[in-house]
Amino acid sequence: MFYREAGQYKTSYAADQATFPILQDRIGIGIILFVAAVIIPLFGNDFLLQAVMTPFLVFALATIGLNLLTGYTGLLSLGTGAFMGVGAYACYKLTTIFPDVNIIVWIVCSGFFSAAVGVLFGLPSLRIKGFYLAVATLAAQFFLSWCFIRVPWLYNYNVSGAIEVPQRSLFGIPVTGPNSAPVTRYLIVLTIVVVMTWLASNLIRGRIGRMWMAVRDMDIAAELIGIRLLNTKLLAFAVSSFYCGVAGAMMVFLWYGGAEADVFSINQSFTILFMVIIGGLGSLVGSFFGAALIYILPIILRFVPAELGVPLNAATVEHLTFIIVGALIIVFLIVEPHGLARLWQIAKQKLRVWPFPY
Amino acid sequence: MQKKHLVLGAAFAALIGGVFVPPPAQAQDTIYIPLFTYRTGPFAGSGIPIANGMADYLNMLNERDGGIGGVKLQVEECETGYDTKKGVECYESVKSKKPVVINPYSTGITLQLIPKAAVDKIPVLSMAYGLSASADGTNFPWVFNPPVTYWDGASVFVKYAAQKEGGFDKLKGKKLGLVHLDAPYGKEPIPLLEALAKEYGFELKLYPVPASEMQNQSSLWLNVRRDRPDWIYLQGWGAMNPTAVKEAAKINFPMDRLIGVWWSGGDDDARPAGDGAKGYSSLDFHAVGTDFPVIKDIQKYVVDKGKSQVQKEKVGENLYNRGVYNSMLVAEAIRTAQQLTGKKVVTGEDVRRGLEQLNITEDRLKEMGAAGFAAPVRTSCTDHNGHHKVFMATWDGTKWVKSSDWMEPIKDKVRPLIESAAKTYVESNAGWPKRTEPCDKSS
Amino acid sequence: MDVLHHIFVDPFVQMAQAPDLLVQTLWEGLVGGILYALIALGFVLIFKASGVFNFAQGIMVVFAALTLVGLHEKGVPAYLALALTILVMFGLAFSVERLMLRPLVNQPDIILFMATFGLTYFLIGLGELIFGGEPKVMIASELGLPKGSIDLNMLGGFISLQKIDIAATIIASVMVVSLAVFFQKTRIGRALRAVADSHKAALSVGISLEQIWVIVWFTAGIVALATGIMWGARSEVSFALQIIALKALPVLILGGFTSIPGAIVGGLIIGIGEKLGEFYWGPLLGSGIESWLAYFIALLFLLFRPQGLFGERIIERI
Repeated sequence: MFYREAGQYKTSYAADQATFPILQDRIGIGIILFVAAVIIPLFGNDFLLQAVMTPFLVFALATIGLNLLTGYTGLLSLGTGAFMGVGAYACYKLTTIFPDVNIIVWIVCSGFFSAAVGVLFGLPSLRIKGFYLAVATLAAQFFLSWCFIRVPWLYNYNVSGAIEVPQRSLFGIPVTGPNSAPVTRYLIVLTIVVVMTWLASNLIRGRIGRMWMAVRDMDIAAELIGIRLLNTKLLAFAVSSFYCGVAGAMMVFLWYGGAEADVFSINQSFTILFMVIIGGLGSLVGSFFGAALIYILPIILRFVPAELGVPLNAATVEHLTFIIVGALIIVFLIVEPHGLARLWQIAKQKLRVWPFPY
Repeated sequence: MQKKHLVLGAAFAALIGGVFVPPPAQAQDTIYIPLFTYRTGPFAGSGIPIANGMADYLNMLNERDGGIGGVKLQVEECETGYDTKKGVECYESVKSKKPVVINPYSTGITLQLIPKAAVDKIPVLSMAYGLSASADGTNFPWVFNPPVTYWDGASVFVKYAAQKEGGFDKLKGKKLGLVHLDAPYGKEPIPLLEALAKEYGFELKLYPVPASEMQNQSSLWLNVRRDRPDWIYLQGWGAMNPTAVKEAAKINFPMDRLIGVWWSGGDDDARPAGDGAKGYSSLDFHAVGTDFPVIKDIQKYVVDKGKSQVQKEKVGENLYNRGVYNSMLVAEAIRTAQQLTGKKVVTGEDVRRGLEQLNITEDRLKEMGAAGFAAPVRTSCTDHNGHHKVFMATWDGTKWVKSSDWMEPIKDKVRPLIESAAKTYVESNAGWPKRTEPCDKSS
Repeated sequence: MDVLHHIFVDPFVQMAQAPDLLVQTLWEGLVGGILYALIALGFVLIFKASGVFNFAQGIMVVFAALTLVGLHEKGVPAYLALALTILVMFGLAFSVERLMLRPLVNQPDIILFMATFGLTYFLIGLGELIFGGEPKVMIASELGLPKGSIDLNMLGGFISLQKIDIAATIIASVMVVSLAVFFQKTRIGRALRAVADSHKAALSVGISLEQIWVIVWFTAGIVALATGIMWGARSEVSFALQIIALKALPVLILGGFTSIPGAIVGGLIIGIGEKLGEFYWGPLLGSGIESWLAYFIALLFLLFRPQGLFGERIIERI
């Protein structure tokens, strides 16, 4: 009823291949973008912008990155945190060596560095797969974490051993560093995430995406129909790491404003894998859902009891948060193993036929 | 099936739509002090006693005196789990409630907050942790790290070693080892030790412990056994400390030559090694035990009334008292701010001035019921630390006992290093704001 | 040239010059390796029987040790606490099977893997809620485990063997042997192996999958308890201990996910390899390389045998 594509005729190939061929989708995405780009910056407080929305978008981008690798190409990786770190450290080095180049350029460029590192550590994927590969990517995780601490060149020989974000401006408005307004940073993150999501959605609808999915579904069969496994798998590692690297750079420059190596630890990798699986393997919209659920749920759990005036001390809340998040993950997997993206599909289907059951 | 999906969908929609209500505005007649604590996670062992001590002292002030200067304190804990991400979250969530001071209790979180402090006008008190360079008040007007920096601590370690060896000239050719957590916190004393090594001609050996290997240090201690350093300084945290002490005992390292930084001196750090840790010393800047009127008051007004999370027998332990000490600094800063401004309800800006004019004399300590609990503390506009005296506490098998006199850090070596480090920090952060805050006349 | 000298000559010269340190390093590696092997064993048991890559093994180690110490702190005598802990581990296995595995039957591996992540979070929260986050001292002496060390004066130096390490080695060996016997000789063991070979075939000859799952999770729980006691006695019982469990992963890929001898041999290779590497080659890179060395050793093996040392050969068909 509400969500019906009947009557929407396509008269050209271009129209048929549009990202959102259905009118309702276009309206929906328009509303979401309007809310995200206008309503939230206008009416959100600093906490919402700085501690909820910006991190959510950063995580969503990293989740998309891992989803391209794990969800679309079927290669399990536990090195996401480290690849994000490569992006962050690359961006830091670039902007301290060439301070005059616009920071946004460097944030995006730092993705190339992590793509290169990703390809290097993706090489074992040609011989091994499944959980064996997951453990192999842990080598990348631990080795790179060690480098972040042990190679002082990476943090410019800072005594503190951490990277600090210098102030950089765009059109005279500070965008990084402590003086930049949360709104500015949020809008930049939003822009980068929207553009990169759009790129990803086109990538996976095209030849490359189909190659990835063929490899995921059965790599031997894919090889037989003429897909080069080497190039395809490494390309997946490169693109995935690129996304993670940009997310990492944004995380430090537009969210944290400084970081130590510990930020890119193994826990970060696990968190993002959670987001991918809870959101739905092989779904872009699921990546957003997953990031929202895993990142925002604990925040709600932490701050809601206080708002409601329930007398719980901070530590108990934290313990309960762990228990609830853990239990919810299991429950979600039992109820809907295909993730939130599948729920979304079901909801759309319901809307399409409503009010009739069939 | 359908119902299940509907319910799930509705739950999810509610979640996404969950609007964040901004926290309610602060009542005007209280002073809001958030405490960042970590009672969970791998470092909880060190975090819990500190959190208890901090909260109990402030609550005691509320119970006994009705707050500070007649204004009630509103104390709220925010759990960080020693995780920088959650720390930043905590900061954003308390920011709007106008906190007068932030105690980040993690070097990582402190580093995040240093640039933000000046912008948000909330002073950061990183008591004897955080960035050593932030002791320079000219460049870091909003950051305070009294009473000592890690560099002071390391210098006292060298001084102590020299004393036992029979003078600084005897250090020549000796080997001093640093066993440290392989993270910014653990690496902090390295520059100072390197400078001192050049000065006095001893050899510095580094033994880093990766965070993932905290409880798996046997090969590191084999390295120690091979190199045979004469003295070892332990800059560890959490589960790393007890393991290190145990391993040291295992290789028969002489315990009286193993010196820990003050964060390696928890009761839970030495207890697992039991008798093996006898003779292990750690630096300290406040006394242990309950023999002080202030601790007795805490027991009377807070602990015995069941208003604390602490186990009764753990009151007076080293890290518990450290939490108390931290809160004393906070309370004194607020009191000083009240005196300076004449206001009752002070703001972050006022407390910054209070922290800058902190002058806790022997008399004042006595008034607080803490005579002999700590050394007098004094800060100034340029010196946000004071580089105060510390002493050695030695583990006697069951508890920590004071085993040396108060020792002055090698201030003339530390201070230039701090100033040059602060300069480098400012240079590498282009656009770092110049100090505009006026300096109060010291009273 | 100098670098090559440092890499290829110096370490061996050192080994020859100080044989006591070499022996000590090997011993530490052996003990560490056995403890890694024990954790890996827990993984292997569950993976073999149910195809679940049980990430929660690490937290099970902490949870078991914490329960044991926590019960003792509440005044329960040590051996009774041990028995009660075993009971708790059985309860855990039972509820995991009922509430988690059974509803998730027939799901892809990665979903089951994620579910064990959920279990990890759940157990962290539950453990801290009940027992608090403070580190606890393992009740080693109450359980009759020896204390102190034996110092042997030999090879121009001394070698110090901790009695607790010797006990750990013995207990671990006994556990491995009895598990092997259990698998080879008993009825349940045969059923376990049948399930490992094929779920469907096992079901069709009347083996109850549910029962088998409870048994393997319970066995893994006991292995976790043993690991927790040993490692807890070496340092302390705290939540940081679960990070150690990650060390079992390179052991697994080295030994193969499905092989019990693989877990043992892999554990020893990783344990000794990383200790030797850290001790003799670590200082070249500024030490602390232990955190990733194990993964590199495993990766190296993997490039030649993608299924691990003892893993089943992967045969792929279209």
